[in-house]
Amino acid sequence: MQPLLKQNFFELFRLSPGYLIDVSELASRYRELQQVVHPDRFANASEQERRLSMQAAAHVNEAFQTLKSPLLRARYLLELQGVAVDQPLTMPADFLMEQIDLREQLQALPAQADALLALMRLRDDLEQRIRDLQQAFAAMIAVGDYDAMQALLIFNKMQFLYRLQDEVDSQEEQLSG
Amino acid sequence: MALLQISEPGQTPEPHQQRRAAGIDLGTTNSLIATVRDGVSETLVDRQGRPLLPSVVRYHGEGDVSVGYEALQAAVDDAHNTIVSVKRLMGRGKDDLPQNKYHFAAGDSRVPRIQTVGGDVSAVEVSAEILKTLARRAQQQMGGALDGVVITVPAYFDDAQRQATKDAARLVGLNVLRLLNEPTAAAVAYGLDQKDEGIYAIYDLGGGTFDISILRFTKGVFEVMATAGDSALGGDDLDLAVSDWIMQQAEIDDDGDHRTRRYLARAARAAKEALTTEQEVRLDVERPEGDCWHGKLTREQFNGLVSDLVNKTLLPCQRALRDAGLAKEDIQDVVMVGGSTRVPYVRERVGEFFNCQPHVDIDPDKVVAIGAAIQADVLIGNRQNDDMLLLDVIPLSLGIETMGGLVEKIIPRNTTIPVSRAQDFTTYKDGQTALSVLVVQGERELVSDCRSLARFELHGIPPMAAGAARIRVSFQVDADGLLSVTAREATTGTESHIDIKPSYGLSDDEVERMLSDSIAHAEGDVFSRKLREQQVEAARTLEAIRSALDADGQRLLDSDEHRAIEQAIAALQTVGEGDDITAIKQACQAVEQAGAEFAQRRMDDSIRQALAGHKLDEFNT
Repeated sequence: MQPLLKQNFFELFRLSPGYLIDVSELASRYRELQQVVHPDRFANASEQERRLSMQAAAHVNEAFQTLKSPLLRARYLLELQGVAVDQPLTMPADFLMEQIDLREQLQALPAQADALLALMRLRDDLEQRIRDLQQAFAAMIAVGDYDAMQALLIFNKMQFLYRLQDEVDSQEEQLSG
Repeated sequence: MALLQISEPGQTPEPHQQRRAAGIDLGTTNSLIATVRDGVSETLVDRQGRPLLPSVVRYHGEGDVSVGYEALQAAVDDAHNTIVSVKRLMGRGKDDLPQNKYHFAAGDSRVPRIQTVGGDVSAVEVSAEILKTLARRAQQQMGGALDGVVITVPAYFDDAQRQATKDAARLVGLNVLRLLNEPTAAAVAYGLDQKDEGIYAIYDLGGGTFDISILRFTKGVFEVMATAGDSALGGDDLDLAVSDWIMQQAEIDDDGDHRTRRYLARAARAAKEALTTEQEVRLDVERPEGDCWHGKLTREQFNGLVSDLVNKTLLPCQRALRDAGLAKEDIQDVVMVGGSTRVPYVRERVGEFFNCQPHVDIDPDKVVAIGAAIQADVLIGNRQNDDMLLLDVIPLSLGIETMGGLVEKIIPRNTTIPVSRAQDFTTYKDGQTALSVLVVQGERELVSDCRSLARFELHGIPPMAAGAARIRVSFQVDADGLLSVTAREATTGTESHIDIKPSYGLSDDEVERMLSDSIAHAEGDVFSRKLREQQVEAARTLEAIRSALDADGQRLLDSDEHRAIEQAIAALQTVGEGDDITAIKQACQAVEQAGAEFAQRRMDDSIRQALAGHKLDEFNT
């Protein structure tokens, strides 16, 4: 078997690679791994063992964070396939128009009388769009032989929507502040 | 400052013996030390039977120092030589300091030094005095020097504040097993890991700091989901609100006089404490003019005076919930920590906020030290087969300065530690061989709004065309929440040299100098101290490799590999008894080198075993 640090994150957690994963299974494998590699297990060990343990625990943390996050997991799957994830991509015009529209809705919110309610609705809308994209992405990955550019496009759309969701969060923070 | 003894190599306990470990709560107002005896964690008391040690240090001159209750008595009369609430100065720069509180010495050190009759002292040295007093208490009652300690820090402490705490321990020769976040320590003390799975909030309002942590417990594992707080808000501020009110009522002018301020702070604190049980309290305050002001303060009035401050603690609660992705309803229970949570109004407001009755079963003053002692006992290896594990987070985002004074986040807040992240840099001029990077901590977008941690300079970059070099800088935050940085030029593989200049902390040279200074005043000399330290490290290395060989040597090594390690061990044993520090150090390194591959195999093997229950054929790519 390959050394730990050379394994890909799915191998590390003994999970079959794919977009749909069992997050509670992932979390319990994560805890099992940290039980053996965490620096707390080596607090009184030699300098060398402490260093190794820190590297291993940081790697396990990184792997867990990556697979747990729907966005980072998508990115990681693309990277495993050798797709250059950060290459500039021209987004379709209709998608961009939609984005502008959603952003305008968000900006108009604070002036509205029922701002929090409208915010909630916008959030639901975003979540639905994200779910749709995730399903499309999962289906593509499951088939295996997919068009990399097509998958990359879906990933980029997800990225747009997640960023917007962050802005919704900070808007909510201000409104309820 | 006299030094504590560290275990002589010959006297280190056998591997299977109980080792002496303790938990230390280094608080703003009071400090405590606790240890586990017969399976029970308890605080150690002084000769008068008192568990608390007031975090007050008085310098008398000629190297004479008093710590605790004795020093506290002089806090008013000898205010300038008596340092209180030193925790608030830890890891702080000159610009963050209260202007009229102490006389600060002029100088070029980035670390402010307070002028006293006993010489100029930094916050690290003052804290070291407190640690030394506590460690001595433990040493006397536990029958020997401590093998290791866990020191607690507010979860919201930044890198500079954590580093300062560790430096203080280093000054008195304590082996720090871990810096543990105070709310996490409290959760351990409550034994929440013994309970079923659940999500808890720990609300910790101490003398000078406020923390809120949201933790999840699953099968012995404590996972901190989010933490937030204010490292400059605590019971001291409640006292200040009351003393401001007294000044106004009694028509006492604020002339910046230190003595009056401390006198009023004491009166305010007494009133606050009385109001935890009484509905109103009588006040008799001596005015600087010599006459006396008589008044009363009701609990309701008091609540009005502190309500803004209590509100200030609820905002971080909200933020922590949001960061954890949770709603208030998800919180099963709230645990109250810190002396200031004795204030009924605080309990009431927190209960209202989380919509539940907060837990106050363990003495809020002791709970942190008790939890730290349990963790120390686990880390030192006294508990076999205990699967308690704490997974903590970094409280504030780490970032670097980019063009235009903007911050680029490298590690966002509430990321589980340890963590390492790499970032690529390049050169902007042809033939450029050095690069300067500013590391900051905080949530704001502008560098000027964040806390500057360190500036580091990379040297030895091979000269190339602008933009051709790829310098990969790795940021690593260890389990204590402390940052370290390494750099490597990717195209040529040149290891770049990094100079780190901490913005507020002590440089290595300064710590080294303090260490030498303190040794100069103590028995023994620098050489024998260093020799002892190296011998202890050698003993530790030997013990670690032997127990590794016993456990896995047969299984994971072939006979040649085994022999090579045995040879390195024999060499270390030979020099280990001599007094050649360099030779011992080299022999230690040789053992580590010989055992490097073995250590890696053992790590991989333990991972394999941890996941042995899960079929490998679950995946098929």
